Amino acid sequence: MSNDAATAANATSTRITTPTAEVPEAEAPVLGLGVSLPPADARAKTEGTFPYAADLWAEGLLWAAVLRSPHPHARILSIDTSAAVAMAGVRAVITHEDIPGERAYGRRIVDRPVFASDLVRHHGEPIAAVAADHPDTARLAAAAIAVEYEVLEPVTDPEKAFAAEPLHPDGNLIRHIPLRYGDPEITGEVVVEGLYRIGRQDPAPIGAEAGLAVPRPDGGVEIYTASTDPHTDRDLAAACFGLEPERVKVVVTGVPGATGDREEPGFQLPLGLLALRTGCPVKLTATREESFLGHSHRHPTLLRYRHHADTDGRLVKVEAQILLDAGAYAESSSESLAAAVAFACGPYVVPHAFIEGWAVRTNNPPSGHVRGEGAMQVCTAYEGQMDKLAAKLGIDPAELRLRNALSTGDILPTGQTVTCPAPVSELLTAVQDFPLPVLPKDAPEDDWLLPGGPEGAGEPGAVRRGVGYALGMVHMLGAEGADEVSTATVRVHDGIATVICAAVETGQGFSTLARQVVQETLGIEEVHVASVDTDQPPAGPATHGRHTWVSAGAVERAARMVRTQLLQPLAHKFGMSTELLQIADGKITSYDGVLSTTVTEAMDGKELWATAQCRPHPTEPLDESGQGDAFVGLAFCAIRAVVDVDIEIGSVRVVEMAVAQDVGRVLNPSQLATRIEAGITQGIGAALTENLRSARGLIRHPDLTGYALPTALDAPEIRIVKLIEERDVVAPFGAKPASAVPVVTSPAAVAAAVRAATGRPINRLPIRPQAAVAASNS
Amino acid sequence: MTTHAPQATQSVTLPASLDEAVAALGAMPAAVPVAGGTDLMSAVNKGLLRPSGLVGLGRISELRGWHYQDGHALLGAGLTHARMGRPDFAALIPALAASARAAGPPQIRNAGTLGGNIATAAPTGDALPVLAALEAELVIAGPDGARREIPVSHLLAGRDMLEPAELIGFVRVPLLHAPQVFLKATGRTGPGRATASVAIVLDPARRGVRCAVGAIAPMPLRPLEAERWIASLIDWDGERGLAPDALAAFGEYVAAACIPDQVPPADGGEAPPLPPAVLHLRRTVAALARRALGRALS
Repeated sequence: MSNDAATAANATSTRITTPTAEVPEAEAPVLGLGVSLPPADARAKTEGTFPYAADLWAEGLLWAAVLRSPHPHARILSIDTSAAVAMAGVRAVITHEDIPGERAYGRRIVDRPVFASDLVRHHGEPIAAVAADHPDTARLAAAAIAVEYEVLEPVTDPEKAFAAEPLHPDGNLIRHIPLRYGDPEITGEVVVEGLYRIGRQDPAPIGAEAGLAVPRPDGGVEIYTASTDPHTDRDLAAACFGLEPERVKVVVTGVPGATGDREEPGFQLPLGLLALRTGCPVKLTATREESFLGHSHRHPTLLRYRHHADTDGRLVKVEAQILLDAGAYAESSSESLAAAVAFACGPYVVPHAFIEGWAVRTNNPPSGHVRGEGAMQVCTAYEGQMDKLAAKLGIDPAELRLRNALSTGDILPTGQTVTCPAPVSELLTAVQDFPLPVLPKDAPEDDWLLPGGPEGAGEPGAVRRGVGYALGMVHMLGAEGADEVSTATVRVHDGIATVICAAVETGQGFSTLARQVVQETLGIEEVHVASVDTDQPPAGPATHGRHTWVSAGAVERAARMVRTQLLQPLAHKFGMSTELLQIADGKITSYDGVLSTTVTEAMDGKELWATAQCRPHPTEPLDESGQGDAFVGLAFCAIRAVVDVDIEIGSVRVVEMAVAQDVGRVLNPSQLATRIEAGITQGIGAALTENLRSARGLIRHPDLTGYALPTALDAPEIRIVKLIEERDVVAPFGAKPASAVPVVTSPAAVAAAVRAATGRPINRLPIRPQAAVAASNS
Repeated sequence: MTTHAPQATQSVTLPASLDEAVAALGAMPAAVPVAGGTDLMSAVNKGLLRPSGLVGLGRISELRGWHYQDGHALLGAGLTHARMGRPDFAALIPALAASARAAGPPQIRNAGTLGGNIATAAPTGDALPVLAALEAELVIAGPDGARREIPVSHLLAGRDMLEPAELIGFVRVPLLHAPQVFLKATGRTGPGRATASVAIVLDPARRGVRCAVGAIAPMPLRPLEAERWIASLIDWDGERGLAPDALAAFGEYVAAACIPDQVPPADGGEAPPLPPAVLHLRRTVAALARRALGRALS
């Protein structure tokens, strides 16, 4: 790693206000865990030389284009491909009839056609695909396919999905969880009610979907793409192609941003089918519009809440109804609903809870896994309720939250006891005690960054500042009995270690962490992380922070096994146990420093390999009343948002987000800070601008002008006030994955702050300007 | 041999003068003129447009600056937003400079041009309400050195269109030597498309206030009655200031003129209320107009 990159990383780490990061640089170890090791690919990514799937090339490749439905709900009467087939340069046109294997797929539930055959159920559903020798030819040929539709009335209101005609043979109700916990008759002295709506956030990865499929001489196919769950994608592809899984290989390329599942099989499957059909390499690069139409979004959610409390503000009972709009296909809606229902009360002690959750099918764009699924939607609602309760009781909102804060040993409404560290009140106190940002009174008025931006219409007299608090929680790893196993191999040869693990580096920092783990265990400085393909043993999807937990855990075990192999003969020779030997600076030394040898000598030209698995303790599904030990671990965070609102125009600028997070243990301070900053920024997008709008099932403005992501000017000062390092004993290294919980909590914090600034209820995300206007005489 | 070949034979000409550019367009009627390319190339990349030829205007140096003519500035159509945002330009035509500074991120402002903003005629084009308030005239270059002038509003309204082989050469803007303000409301703090924008121009010589509202209709709207009313209240020879109530009333007047109430049904009865989003847009326009006039008079 170059010095430049190392300096850059040090610069980043100084921004964290954690005790770990305040260790003077000279004393900081340079290897292993707890160090701000920069990513190995940082330089290539900064310089723009890092290859992504869209950059791949193969001699004689063809270009694919996918024909997508212009209607949200329609019956297909006929598909005529003859005009497309007849076009010069077109090499193959495929529809549902040309699928040799399974015609439906689904990462969790198989309910989604590869190509629509009789019905289209959402705008943008694939109907056919074309391979041609030029991308424009492919696109024009796809447009030349004549599809006759009988347009049907779309079901776009999830509340009407229950009574509507079934949109799918599986019915419109994907899952219903009626959680019952405690006494249904009990009531509190104070009751507050609220109705909350959460919009459709898109993962909007910076790099749109792309891939290259290359046929193999054995009749199989290799797919090069930015998959985040390569083995599942391989199995889906093999089933669709009618091949044994061994003859399909998914090779993971650089991942250009993934906060949800990538890549959508709806892109990979046509690609592989076309490569098998033509015998040529086939490439597809989705346009931004196709990307918005093709992949899954965050579940738009409707939430009704009733909180009961006593006059001291202690929660008595929470009643809620949660309705998730799953779109046309099931995807991960079941998991999202479980999280939404289980965390519907938030990190608070609630003795009685009655939560009904439904995930229903509609003709809206499909919803799926996006970071913080389910938990984010309910957080905005329960924190809105806490603010409402505080206002009704005349208690300070932060104080009310403290009175109800969850801690280790308390019981969740699912009946699960919180066994992991849950320092909720400590987190809240930390952000509460942090000094508020000063008003820019001393700076000239022209320099103030007001809502609306530097060239905007902001006027100091119309701007009100608001401060809001939110607490959030999220589960880690897959829930409800998912087998969260990961396998990793460590190889040491010639003083260099190599990690082989099919955990995909999505930007979450797994490959950096894997290097640190091996450095820590084996004392070897030079560690390489092999690129991922499905010839390696599976490591599972890159979601729910599982790679920080199980994949890094598997790497550590494999590294320990290598260590034992290396040290066993020496320990025997020295007459002491391997635990008394240490490896550092290329030397193996006994604990007393008397006996020593070099690693090279001990290796004696041998190659050492070890493979290990990490599997967390099992979980169980929620039962018919929503009870069960469904989660392996929980992570918490507290955020204090400070916003400025132009109360006449309703424009909002987030000034500062102060965050305190429960992280278990800091493994890489600068990487951790980046993850928290990224999560908070994504949350601000969900709070203020990000909403993929649809009208009667048709996606409106599928581009990055209509779908406004936060820019550098929208990202506030993010102050990491406190990182609580209370190790989670069941997690390897005691570390909790850190990416998801800021996404869950920050929209609620922004909403609370806008509520404080305007006095308006703020019960809808993203916050529309008309909801943030207030009378100016306050 | 692939079907790539036909697209590869694109013709690109790079004329060095306005007349050469017009001649090039005349010689190849299917060619499309391109300046900054910020709108054109996104249409090409989306596959909406596949021009068989391009006439690049980037090398025409006469279009990239401005000169003066009878109390007016003749602005070259190739002036970039970045150039118009600079202080020397802002001293001449402050509102146009402010709109140029607000017109997107630096990458767009470095490439996008004044002429392109007019030719694209997007409702959200930030320069358009300013040009409407300034009552700017376009100097259109035609074949054989022909020049004709049309008001910018005629082009935007489609009353007078560009003929084949015509190009926007210059924009004639009066130099008013008085305060001008451009304000824009967007959805985020970073650069974004206007949800509404207001340009206010004072013309002390003619004792006039001119106002245009952008982004809420296909072309900028001029609330002429509101302009005349507020101009009559201003003490042009004195302090020029107005009471807050008058500013607020002007804002309401402008907003109601641009976003009128619904028409009552023919059979009598109450007019249906405006939808909440439209009411909010009206409030936004009122706030922008009030603030803009307040700043122009302060």
